Amino acid sequence: MKYIHDFTVTDNIRQNHEFVVLTLKCDSTIPEIVPGQFAEVRVDNASNTFLRRPLSIHDVNYNNNSLKLLIQEVGEGTKKLSNLNKGDSINMVYPLGKGFTKPLNDQKSLLVGGGCGVAPLLFLGRYLVKNNITPRFLIGAKSSKDLIRLDEYRDLGEVMITTEDGSEGVKGFIIHHPVLKTEKPDFNIIYTCGPDGMMRVLSKYAAKHNIDCQVSLENNMACGFGACLCCVTPTQQGHKCTCIDGPVFDSKYLKW
Amino acid sequence: MVDLSVNLGNNLVLKNPVMTASGTYGYGTEYADFIDINQLGGIVVKGTTLTKREGNPYPRMAETPKGMLNAVGLQNVGVDSFIETIYPKIKDFNTNMLVNVSGSTVEEYVETARKINSLDNIPGIELNISCPNVKEGGMAFGTSCPSAIAVTKAVRDVYKKHLMVKLSPNVTDITEIAKGVEGAGADSVSLINTIMGMAIDIESQNPKLSTITGGLSGPCIKPVALRMVWQTANAINIPVVGMGGISSVSDAIEFILAGASAIEIGTANFIDPEITIKVIDGIEAYLCEKGCKSIGEITGALKI
Repeated sequence: MKYIHDFTVTDNIRQNHEFVVLTLKCDSTIPEIVPGQFAEVRVDNASNTFLRRPLSIHDVNYNNNSLKLLIQEVGEGTKKLSNLNKGDSINMVYPLGKGFTKPLNDQKSLLVGGGCGVAPLLFLGRYLVKNNITPRFLIGAKSSKDLIRLDEYRDLGEVMITTEDGSEGVKGFIIHHPVLKTEKPDFNIIYTCGPDGMMRVLSKYAAKHNIDCQVSLENNMACGFGACLCCVTPTQQGHKCTCIDGPVFDSKYLKW
Repeated sequence: MVDLSVNLGNNLVLKNPVMTASGTYGYGTEYADFIDINQLGGIVVKGTTLTKREGNPYPRMAETPKGMLNAVGLQNVGVDSFIETIYPKIKDFNTNMLVNVSGSTVEEYVETARKINSLDNIPGIELNISCPNVKEGGMAFGTSCPSAIAVTKAVRDVYKKHLMVKLSPNVTDITEIAKGVEGAGADSVSLINTIMGMAIDIESQNPKLSTITGGLSGPCIKPVALRMVWQTANAINIPVVGMGGISSVSDAIEFILAGASAIEIGTANFIDPEITIKVIDGIEAYLCEKGCKSIGEITGALKI
């Protein structure tokens, strides 16, 4: 079931030059949300922003009907959202799409995020911990200043890092991290969200080592609930909507 | 009580003038979590062709000021699959479910319409001679008078229920096409389909759509649509269904005053999935305020 709810901003914490975390509280009871699902957020008072913005759910607290969004300032719409103040109202259509699926009992997971793609992995990590699975994170960024909320991830499990400039962790891209260099990986399912190129590399890696890989796509969308057919991605069964058949797909299902 | 019902002719009676535009409303079920879709005057489902179509490659959408471009390209399951798998799920909705019919050749339009004619709970079709996003057919039929007449006539011969023809704004004089399809047997016309447009990413210097050009919709096209609806309503005697950027109660009323017997809401549903109900309620409130007993009293009531 999808809902249209008004939320109130209860906190806006700037992480760095381009990321903020908004905490939003709802007067209604928020429904159960699966990690990887997203919200279509209406942007008010932004003259050049016509459509809602699809943003993945970063964290959920069912006890006080609140959730968090990690927002990267990309254009006018996301800038408007990142400048919301305590007490401002925000309207969302949610929860949308198919999220990540739980690993099988004997599966060890690796959660790989790049850039804004780390957003759904915190909520996923919490979900895994709740299910007695310890997540391991591999997070990639351009530079140490682009790494955000690391303590939150470290509370849940081991965090490995790569930065393009080598200012923290292993220098290079995610695929250069030693955890992906071993002959036999010590995990058998990858959950990933981030730049397309990164996810394609991981998908090839997973295929080569015969392990599962769930990727979360960020295609351009208009509606977010399967009406407009704008956000399609080519799959083994033809064009599928990222908004309702994804955003999380088994990488084997995609035609990459 | 205000009478909101609209008779579009040939057994198509709407309980109110608010319908949803093809390509923005799926098969109706996509919105069932948000509103009671049975309250709508009608739903025009996704453009349907004789055989399955995969549509155009991604990217298919670009946001523009107060609007969006799309280049979906009539992705749909094909009429047989529609009849087998989708029709059973939508046939019992208590609203008018119209099927938008498209094709690459006159024969395809005719064959698709013939198959839909056999469906008891589909009271009409919207003949799409105005899709700008397919290489063959689509808009090509709707931008020349002889071909618009030819395809309407051919479909009229096999399709006995309500035949609404959806017109393209990408023409020099839309009233000429409207008069042509009226003469060819259309029961009503709907307008406008999207306006051809394009957008460029100046960083990559690539077009924003895989097809380079696409169809513009949203509030930015409303003044153009309103003008065409007014011109058309003054030129023909069959009902006009107006659409193009309608996003509010006052937008809808403008179209009705300009001569539209009913309206379709499209792109606005993406931003506010409850907009249709708000517009129905708002039209009723407007009529009460103006002391009108029925919607017909304001249809074409523009004072000049």
